[in-house]
Amino acid sequence: MVIGSDPRGALIALDRFGLGAKPGDLAAAAADPRGFLLEEIRRPNVGRLENASLLPSNVALQALFADQQARRIERERNIVEKTTRISMAEPGAAMAASGPAAPPPNADSRPKPQEPPIDQKLFRAEAMARFEKQASAQAGFVERLVAFWSNHFVVSVAKGQFVRVAAGPFEREAIRPHALGRFADMLAAVESHPAMLFYLDNQRSIGPGSAAGRFAGKGLNENLAREILELHTLGVGGGYSQQDVTALARIITGWSVAEAESEIGEPGSFVFKANWHEPGAPVLLGERYPQTGREQGAAALAAIARHPATATHIATKLTRHFIADAPPKPIVEALAKTFRDTDGELSAVAETLIESDLAWSAPFSKIRTPEEFLVATARATGVLPTDPGQYLNMLKAMGRPLWQPPGPNGYPDTLDALASPEAMKLRLDVAWQIAQRLKNIGHPLSLLDTAAGLAASRETREAVSRAESRPQALAIVLMSPEFQRR
Amino acid sequence: MTVSSSLSRRRLLALGGVSLALAHFPRGARAAAARDPRLVVIVLRGALDGLSAVAPVGDPDYAAVRGSLALSPIGDKRALPLDGFFALHPSMPVFARLYKEGRASVVHAVATGYRERSHFDGQDVLESGHAGPGHTESGWLNRAVFALESTTPARLRGLGVGAAAPLVMRGPAPALGWAPQVLPPAGEDLAQRLLDLYTHGDPTLAAALRAGLDADRIATSGGLTGDVAKARGGMDQPNGMRQAAMGAARLLATPDGPRVAALAFDGWDTHANENSLLATRLSGLDGALEQFETGLGEAWKDTAVVVITEFGRTARINGTGGSDHGTASVAFLAGGAVRGARVVADWPGLKTNQLHQGRDLAPTQDLRSVLKGLIADQFGLSAQTLAEKVFPDSAAAPPLRGLIAG
Repeated sequence: MVIGSDPRGALIALDRFGLGAKPGDLAAAAADPRGFLLEEIRRPNVGRLENASLLPSNVALQALFADQQARRIERERNIVEKTTRISMAEPGAAMAASGPAAPPPNADSRPKPQEPPIDQKLFRAEAMARFEKQASAQAGFVERLVAFWSNHFVVSVAKGQFVRVAAGPFEREAIRPHALGRFADMLAAVESHPAMLFYLDNQRSIGPGSAAGRFAGKGLNENLAREILELHTLGVGGGYSQQDVTALARIITGWSVAEAESEIGEPGSFVFKANWHEPGAPVLLGERYPQTGREQGAAALAAIARHPATATHIATKLTRHFIADAPPKPIVEALAKTFRDTDGELSAVAETLIESDLAWSAPFSKIRTPEEFLVATARATGVLPTDPGQYLNMLKAMGRPLWQPPGPNGYPDTLDALASPEAMKLRLDVAWQIAQRLKNIGHPLSLLDTAAGLAASRETREAVSRAESRPQALAIVLMSPEFQRR
Repeated sequence: MTVSSSLSRRRLLALGGVSLALAHFPRGARAAAARDPRLVVIVLRGALDGLSAVAPVGDPDYAAVRGSLALSPIGDKRALPLDGFFALHPSMPVFARLYKEGRASVVHAVATGYRERSHFDGQDVLESGHAGPGHTESGWLNRAVFALESTTPARLRGLGVGAAAPLVMRGPAPALGWAPQVLPPAGEDLAQRLLDLYTHGDPTLAAALRAGLDADRIATSGGLTGDVAKARGGMDQPNGMRQAAMGAARLLATPDGPRVAALAFDGWDTHANENSLLATRLSGLDGALEQFETGLGEAWKDTAVVVITEFGRTARINGTGGSDHGTASVAFLAGGAVRGARVVADWPGLKTNQLHQGRDLAPTQDLRSVLKGLIADQFGLSAQTLAEKVFPDSAAAPPLRGLIAG
């Protein structure tokens, strides 16, 4: 260790802000922990994730539409065949076949096992690319911010194939380009992305007074509007009413997704359906919106992004995520002030967090999320799963399947949820699985050195040294407070 | 609402206007202290085909509508007769036995208030207990436990089974969590070493891990036998379902353990090849009920297990030997506390003009009434609390009493 270096600061930079140390990271960060993080966030396009195997959302969705169409045709063909068959059979013959035996030929139109369904294929490619990016990031602070925003502007693949296909592109297109950009830009990108419009049902929200609404008698769906105000911007208690929810829902009617057969937009892309849009100039949060068409929604989102309650809501959540469940007020206030002063410039907010002295002195009161735990393990050991299924299954086993939170408020971010009795037991089982699979990674104590350096306690070193086997020693390293706490 | 002893009111009327006594049997003045009631909720995700699970073989339109999915009381894969009208899927012999013993019943043509066909929203409505989608912060079972905390002296605890507790069990009342093993467990020696390490430097993690290991020890105490122990099936496989039920039963059986539990079984979305898929899934569910019966021991007599799903499936079969998203389905009730041996149904019929939107089994019973009745009979929550706190805006669906034996 270099004289005058800051080993404790290096640990904070890599564990509290980042995704854990790779071999040599602690030494590299120790010279100037703050500079280590600042250097990462100032790299051009550091948050972006692009490679040839990842499809833009509209292309991915078109592939899904084509696949669904092919299945429909197959199914209809089967109905014709079956009708023919039944009409030719003896009366009552069909009734006898009630058990598991002898499903009719063509009963299962799904593709053969060697070709996974399109949504699964795309989802796994997205998951793997993301995991590799997290595992190779310098400090991982930017990836932590990306994950934070993905859990803030959350979509869930449990909604169905559409979101399963669009969730990866959503993060790459709506979150990553803006994680160190302007909050208003991220908000605009998120709320107009097909994944979000579909997840929170805005793609079928129709203004009751619009041309389509008057004709079809269909109406508003307030789901997205409510979550924009309650979860994405102002927050609960942010000073909005049910009238504001309805007003915003009216304002964003027509924000939809072009279907497979669409003639007004590229299939799988955002489309503004003018004949679904509610006419009028609603009042939202005391402000009248006289604009027409898509501009009305754009203006409303820009105003909400700039609302002081949004600054406080975002600052509180960021502080809770990075520092403590009970977010220290001075940090929240500093972040909110930067947010307001810079009109939501998120790189400036990130710098304020790095500059906060309290962020470097607060105790490690949180533990890694299951995802952070798996990424930190890959970084420390240098071993990545060869198959994304392995990684996805472990996340699922720990109750946090990728992009599949229980609700639009995302996964809980507090210690009582992350370190619940059940969660700790499941985490131990996962650690044991990983430890058994790790081969040729040297002495378990050197893994502890990589991850915790001088901060490793005497007790942890002894527990590792005294383990009865190498896998057990590795599991103790992975489950040690030094590796879990952040 | 008519509660009939399995024969539907409309059928009875058709048979000659036989008058029917309403089978409302409010619980008698039984000494509350003598009972230690338990309630288990099993959510079937994906929409169970109620017409295949409990087949209305006596309905003259049934065989024609169901085609190759139709069950029959005769033939080599014969359905298990429940009464003259309904027959049970052959993969559920345990339920059939419990039914005969008066420990199981069926509610048919039942649905939540949700009338669209998205699994996602349908499950949110089913589990949140709200009238419509968009509520995922808490579930009705959790809120029932929360409401009971203020009225019962001994604290009633909930149990959520699965790496993530089902929505129905999430909410303001703290609940125990336990998940059946999906990964091979870490050894006890490793666990002990970590506990020692945590106890020294991180008491918070020590307490959490110790509690988690304790719960798991109870849930798997005595081990699992036979193929249940060997396989680590997912929640859509018979072994996984039985494992989950066994663990939950053991935790529920402990004197100071949880009293209500929620489990979720997957894989009921049978768009294709339904005959084979349902045979597997229903035998898993049947096995789970058996695990509850044996695992709960003495406590089984005070237990009610209710099996629910987000909606039903189309009455007609589709082109791939399956059925598509529909509306009404069945709910199963099993347990020593259940007033059994009957199918509660106001049968809507299967003619096209009797089907919901001409395609689905029509709902004639609000599922919320069933669930409210169970909670009221088992735990004594008032109709008002149930209509306001547990199932908001459900005053129009009053508790259906008498599902629990008096």
